[in-house]
Amino acid sequence: MRLSGGEIDRSQTLRFTFDGRAYTGHPGDTLASALLANDVRLMGRSFKYHRPRGVFSAGSEEPNALVTLRGGARAEPNTRATAVELFEGLEARSQNAWPSLAFDALAVNDLMANFLTAGFYYKTFMWPRAFWERLYEPMIRKAAGLGRLSMAADPDAYDKGFLHCDLLVIGAGAAGLAAALTAARAGAQVILADEDARLGGRLLAESATLDGAPARDWVAGLEAEMASLPNLRLMRRTTVWGLFDHGVYGAVERVADHLPIPGAQVRQTLWRITARRAVLAAGATERHIPFRNNDRPGVMQAGALRAYANRFAVSPAQRVAIFTSQDDGHQTALDLIAKGVEIAAVIDSRAEARAMGEYRLIAGGQVCDSRGRLGLRAVQVRHGGGVEWLSCGALGVAGGWNPNLHLASHQRGRPRWDEAAQAFLPDTLPAGLAVAGAAAGQGETAAVMASGVAAALRALADLGLSGRAPALPITEARSLAGQSLWHVPGKGRAWVDFQNDVTVKDIKLAHQENMRPVEHLKRWTTLGMATDQGKTANVAALAVMAELTGQTIAATRTTIFRPPYTPVALSALGGGDSGAQFRPRRLTPSHAWAAAQGAVFVEVGQWMRAQWFPQPGETHWRHSVDREVLATRKGVGICDVTTLGKVDVQGADAAVFLDRLYANPMASLKVGMVRYGLMLREDGHAYDDGTCARLAEDHYVVTTTTAQAGPVYRHMEFARQCLWPELDVQLISTTEAWAQFAVAGPNARKLLERVVDGFDLSNAAFPFMACAQLTICGGLRARLFRISFSGELAYELAVPARFGAALMARLVAVGADLGATPYGTEALGVMRIEKGHVAGNELNGQTTAQMLGLGRMVSDKKDAIGAVMSRREGLVEEARVLVGLQPVNPGDPVVAGSHLFAQGAQQKTETDEGWITSACHSPHVGSSIGLGFLARGAERLGEVIVAANPLQGQQIALRVVPAHFVDPDGGRLRD
Amino acid sequence: MLIPHPLLGLRDAQEFTCLGDAALLNRPDGLADPQALTDYVYLRDNPAGVHRELWFHEQGDRSWLVVTRNTLTHEILGAELARDVALRAKGAK
Repeated sequence: MRLSGGEIDRSQTLRFTFDGRAYTGHPGDTLASALLANDVRLMGRSFKYHRPRGVFSAGSEEPNALVTLRGGARAEPNTRATAVELFEGLEARSQNAWPSLAFDALAVNDLMANFLTAGFYYKTFMWPRAFWERLYEPMIRKAAGLGRLSMAADPDAYDKGFLHCDLLVIGAGAAGLAAALTAARAGAQVILADEDARLGGRLLAESATLDGAPARDWVAGLEAEMASLPNLRLMRRTTVWGLFDHGVYGAVERVADHLPIPGAQVRQTLWRITARRAVLAAGATERHIPFRNNDRPGVMQAGALRAYANRFAVSPAQRVAIFTSQDDGHQTALDLIAKGVEIAAVIDSRAEARAMGEYRLIAGGQVCDSRGRLGLRAVQVRHGGGVEWLSCGALGVAGGWNPNLHLASHQRGRPRWDEAAQAFLPDTLPAGLAVAGAAAGQGETAAVMASGVAAALRALADLGLSGRAPALPITEARSLAGQSLWHVPGKGRAWVDFQNDVTVKDIKLAHQENMRPVEHLKRWTTLGMATDQGKTANVAALAVMAELTGQTIAATRTTIFRPPYTPVALSALGGGDSGAQFRPRRLTPSHAWAAAQGAVFVEVGQWMRAQWFPQPGETHWRHSVDREVLATRKGVGICDVTTLGKVDVQGADAAVFLDRLYANPMASLKVGMVRYGLMLREDGHAYDDGTCARLAEDHYVVTTTTAQAGPVYRHMEFARQCLWPELDVQLISTTEAWAQFAVAGPNARKLLERVVDGFDLSNAAFPFMACAQLTICGGLRARLFRISFSGELAYELAVPARFGAALMARLVAVGADLGATPYGTEALGVMRIEKGHVAGNELNGQTTAQMLGLGRMVSDKKDAIGAVMSRREGLVEEARVLVGLQPVNPGDPVVAGSHLFAQGAQQKTETDEGWITSACHSPHVGSSIGLGFLARGAERLGEVIVAANPLQGQQIALRVVPAHFVDPDGGRLRD
Repeated sequence: MLIPHPLLGLRDAQEFTCLGDAALLNRPDGLADPQALTDYVYLRDNPAGVHRELWFHEQGDRSWLVVTRNTLTHEILGAELARDVALRAKGAK
């Protein structure tokens, strides 16, 4: 029901639905307060027993009131109704109930509670073993979980960002506001973050005045000043959810969660905040006192009742009882009375308790049971005079406050039990973090603010800034005395953890089964798991365990907390890096040109490369690829090979450096020539290959494979900086700086003659493996390399990247009569297999130079990286070498990944003789062909072997041939 | 994690690639002593505590750094250019 006053805007009415029924609320409401205003107490069903549940708290610690928010693709399960700001058209549905929230079939679990105790799963589903996969797991999966995912892609945009500050203040309650104000006035760069939409924290939930006026006035004044300070960043709706190494904090800002349609802007932003100092002022969470049937809708934290009454102007019922072991519980009664709510009684467990106002006090009493199937109707009270039933629609329970010290233990800091405060307090803190206010165990508003100021002043001093304590408002003194009461003894089930349905009985069982350490207790009973992570349960549970073991709470200790403080959406953690944004996309210089030609693209690492260029009438990719291969071998083909890694190597010692980096000699390379280069890893296996072109005595350009461009460059820098820093050599990656095109085919020279500026391309002047710097197209600087991957007469021509697309178009245009044909990566792959050139499939990190047929390249005269280890016994004995493979029956496919066996051999690991690395259809040969590693392959040319592909049940007879299907003597390259 | 780059100040660890034990700086002459090279390639210390590691500022200035880090606490005790460390070691020989 709605009360008077509060921080809601009654001038506007917002319509919303819950389980399809229409209700109204006001701006300033949460979904929970709006439902309470409409007398809806039943909001969900519990996880295990499907017990009816209502709202328990007024904040992010909520264990019960979990709903599915919004519909369609935006449906968001397990959203806490207490943390959802009401908006026009809000749509929420209850979870974990079928067919309806009021009548839930699986509530039958509650009747079987005697069997479904802690450890039930561990004990019951052990055997028979075969039942697990087929019966138990599917059954449990169906019954488990709370909300359901929409299974549709998230339609909203997410973002991420980085922030830096001198002081991060976490929590904008009394302590946080005081800390932020102190630091910001001193000129520090301050970030003040709070999960709530409004500043003030508990100040807004209390009736206590500041400077004799409602606390909201003081907060509003502060807010105005803060808005004028450029060095203070206010982050509302921002949860700081994790503390990481070196003062890095994770935060999620819910930018648009509170809007009816969040799609117009970024929904949430993930912030990584690097803070030199931080103050944790996250407040405290009220704990409850377990008693029999204490989980009915209407039983809630006394402090939450107060927050609903003072801030949201609602009460769950007209008649309310309070069960407390603290003076604080009496304040709830006073605040409710002031709002016109009837107090049935205040039941105080302390015999010496005194009434603080006009209400019935039952001192030395305890609530020991409750009634009401779908909502609280009455509580049973035991006191000196016996037992009586009190009718009430809500019960506020006040068991003291637990500091929200979660972030202080994200770096494994273990909280310490403080007997005086009757709470766990932060002990050793992560560097740079201070804790203030209720999070540090402070209670009185004046002390809370003073501790915030003190923490800020200490941080300022650490940072070398001088600050002054601001004038603080006059506060009302309130008594916070109390005595811990951990649970009400008795029969029946008394809930400790509402979300996971863990009762005092379950803890007793865990104790009986010797699951006594807190970590075991947690895992055995599932205490403190799921969305609320036991914020309202953990301390009570381990206090019960302490009672059972006879140990102190200090000796029982507590489990520690890990990030996140509250649930964080995976979409937010992704920060928008999904779909096309998953990783950077790199486009080749000729990309736009290729796209205009209708090219089909393929992802190669981050690169998008043209895979083939379909022509009208081509209905299958093979048509296009075969055409491109044949056109290249007959006329001339052009391919964008910019993606190959390029590294410029310069310096007086460049030759010495490359000699040590490559297995084969590089220092002896003449200026103006190119040499194939093989790099080994230090353990002797082949790493990468490419070409080294010597442009000058002290200037080389080397290439790497596309896939390994990054790692090879890193390796080269490692060699330069870490192994041989004394060498005079400099490196720079020029992969993106130069657009490079392969021009291959018998007409390649004729085509290039049409673009070079008077450069002699004759075989005598520019032979195979020559290189030069020249100009083309009337003055454009370029580099030309006479190298071939296709086996044809071929060149690679490089120009500054911005001219790449124009050069591609020019080459195709001026070469039309020569048959100039653009080709993609498929044709490139076919031609290199036909020529027997190795690529990534062969250089897979498990092969050696010897296996690749390049063993003789490895010089034994120098200590190049990997050379010595490549000569060790185990690698030298390796008998598998690269061969070509061709089907005996030309119609048969050659399938990469197939394993090779001698004909008639039983096929098992011991008789395995190798595998097929690369395969394609060769238009030149007219059948499928492949490359593979075969034991003693060089001696077995002509032999017929079997390729086994058990995945597809294939056994294909293949003939072993040399690994060159075109131009085996290399004449085409050299003409 | 933040790494105190000797030239660029505090940088986020995300910008770096970690290679591991800085013993990789001390590459023996493989032709002279193959066993020493084998140890160099395969044997690494993995201490629980202070560890000297090689980190590459891949998304930055491409410096290799020797970072001294406590593997138990993630505390970073210092960082210097691997090049300087390697030159010093070679000078001492």
